[in-house]
Amino acid sequence: MKAVKPAQSVRTNRDWLHGLLMSAPAVAGLIAFVGIPFCYAVVLSFYNVRLGSPLEPTFFGVEQYRRLFTDPDLSGPFLRALLNNLTFAVVVVPLQTCLALGLAILLNRKLKAIGLFRSLFFMPVVFPMALVAVIWRLILARSDQGMLNSALDAVSFGNWGAFDWLGDGLTAMASIIVLSVWQGVGFQMVILLAGLQQIPTELYEAAQLDRASRWQQFRHVTLPGIRGTLVFVALLTSVLSFRVFDQVYVLVKGGGLDEDAARTVMYQAVTTAFDQNNIGQASAITVVFFLIVVVLTLIQRRVVRPDDS
Amino acid sequence: MSTSTSAGLSRGPLRRFLDYAVLSVLAFVFALPVIYLLLGSLKPSDEVLNGLSGFLPTHLSFDNYSAVLDSLNSDSTGYFWQFMGVSLLLAFVVVTGGLFINSMAAYGLSRLKWRGREAVFTLVLLLMLVPFESVAVPLFYMFNDQRNTLLIQALPFVANAFSIYQFQTFFRSIPPSIEEAARLDGAGPWRTFFAIIVPMSKPVFASVAILTFLTQWGSFLWPVLMVSDPSVRPLPLEMSVFQGQQPPDWGQILAFGVLLVLPVLIVFAFFQRWFVQGVASAAVKG
Repeated sequence: MKAVKPAQSVRTNRDWLHGLLMSAPAVAGLIAFVGIPFCYAVVLSFYNVRLGSPLEPTFFGVEQYRRLFTDPDLSGPFLRALLNNLTFAVVVVPLQTCLALGLAILLNRKLKAIGLFRSLFFMPVVFPMALVAVIWRLILARSDQGMLNSALDAVSFGNWGAFDWLGDGLTAMASIIVLSVWQGVGFQMVILLAGLQQIPTELYEAAQLDRASRWQQFRHVTLPGIRGTLVFVALLTSVLSFRVFDQVYVLVKGGGLDEDAARTVMYQAVTTAFDQNNIGQASAITVVFFLIVVVLTLIQRRVVRPDDS
Repeated sequence: MSTSTSAGLSRGPLRRFLDYAVLSVLAFVFALPVIYLLLGSLKPSDEVLNGLSGFLPTHLSFDNYSAVLDSLNSDSTGYFWQFMGVSLLLAFVVVTGGLFINSMAAYGLSRLKWRGREAVFTLVLLLMLVPFESVAVPLFYMFNDQRNTLLIQALPFVANAFSIYQFQTFFRSIPPSIEEAARLDGAGPWRTFFAIIVPMSKPVFASVAILTFLTQWGSFLWPVLMVSDPSVRPLPLEMSVFQGQQPPDWGQILAFGVLLVLPVLIVFAFFQRWFVQGVASAAVKG
């Protein structure tokens, strides 16, 4: 047996090495696949660089950004994509949050088989978006035999006929919104349900003693109790709204979705990089996308965290 | 007040009946697309797109399923079991590799004291702000000569800042006395971590694993950019290719869809509690 060394100093010395070694693989991975590519995107956005082009990349200054916002050929689709994302967010955030809140309140009861109902509403969350897009492609099919069309035909006593929900510029974005809400609402519901369950029962009992109506209980107990969670969910949904890509891509490529009416910022970035090989331009789109997301995320963190409620 | 529920309202049988009625109607509407998917996958293709009668279950069979396996059975189309195998392999690598390195990093960053660890942890938190979408284009450019490999499909998703954050949140709540006891027994940080911390952290491992699996299984953007060769194509990308066939064989497309979602539904059915916890904790990220 060696003499006992002062344990503290040995430990601290070794901890330095062990801590670094333990963190190294993951931190290296993050730097290689997130940190460096992210900085690289910023650099690439200042260059005229194309994939497979024999020409050397040339410095472009802010030309890519100028084109994105002012060049008539490029800014058209890009600004349309920004507008589409904005429309999506403006409709989906309140719609999905309210729907999720309604479901969460309905499901926050001690009923038999309530767990079954909760699972059912949560189930679409586990569906890959590519599959969700395909299912809804059938439901919204343009023929008079599409499910929605034939249902409308039945309730209008045969006065409906065929309507091309995905292909019509007016309803293309609405279709994407409906299928996205169907897939995603269970996610928000689960978070809000967790929020509701944190409201102390005594508050409701006190409200009942004061003869508060159900609406008054909702206004003065439920809403203040989950205010934090609610704001959080709304902001989270708005961030997710700007990341929409899968369903748009699947339905444009194979489902007859009106491309211009449904293109999103990420769709623009991918088609610019992949179909046009224009890496510089796509990187500029990526940077704009990131700025939007980061502003929304920072607002979210500043305003509220779910534990606050 | 004896029957007060979590909503704090006393309920008679009528109320309870109304609750069930409202829930059932909503659940039915909500489940319609899933019912449609299941029924359609069991019906002859020409009857799938058949208006509301598409819901009438006439002569159901598993023919579409065997037809999917038959039609995806050559080098040019790819093989169904190959798509499934690629997806399972990628999910396995990303989930197990991720659990290993991210939990280890979280431990090193939260329970061992060393200079610079705050800076490294801040870096991790900053990188958590960067969604994959905003690095997809530069990654596509950087790794263009690696397209159509399995490695590049998995590698960017193994290290995950959010997983580190989830692990770190859990480890932080473990009382220091447990580690001190282990250290007095002569265990170094590695043994303390693998023999003591890991076994007592099953809940966080379960939710991180399930959330990672769910995300990876549906992963679409990266394969769109990186994969054209059917032999390394994962299922969701093939879903998109398969539904684009002309003319579309709807019965087969829906059968393919069921096979795509089946593994994740099985996981969901068995580990539902962890699923919901993982998702709820994912909310913290934003």
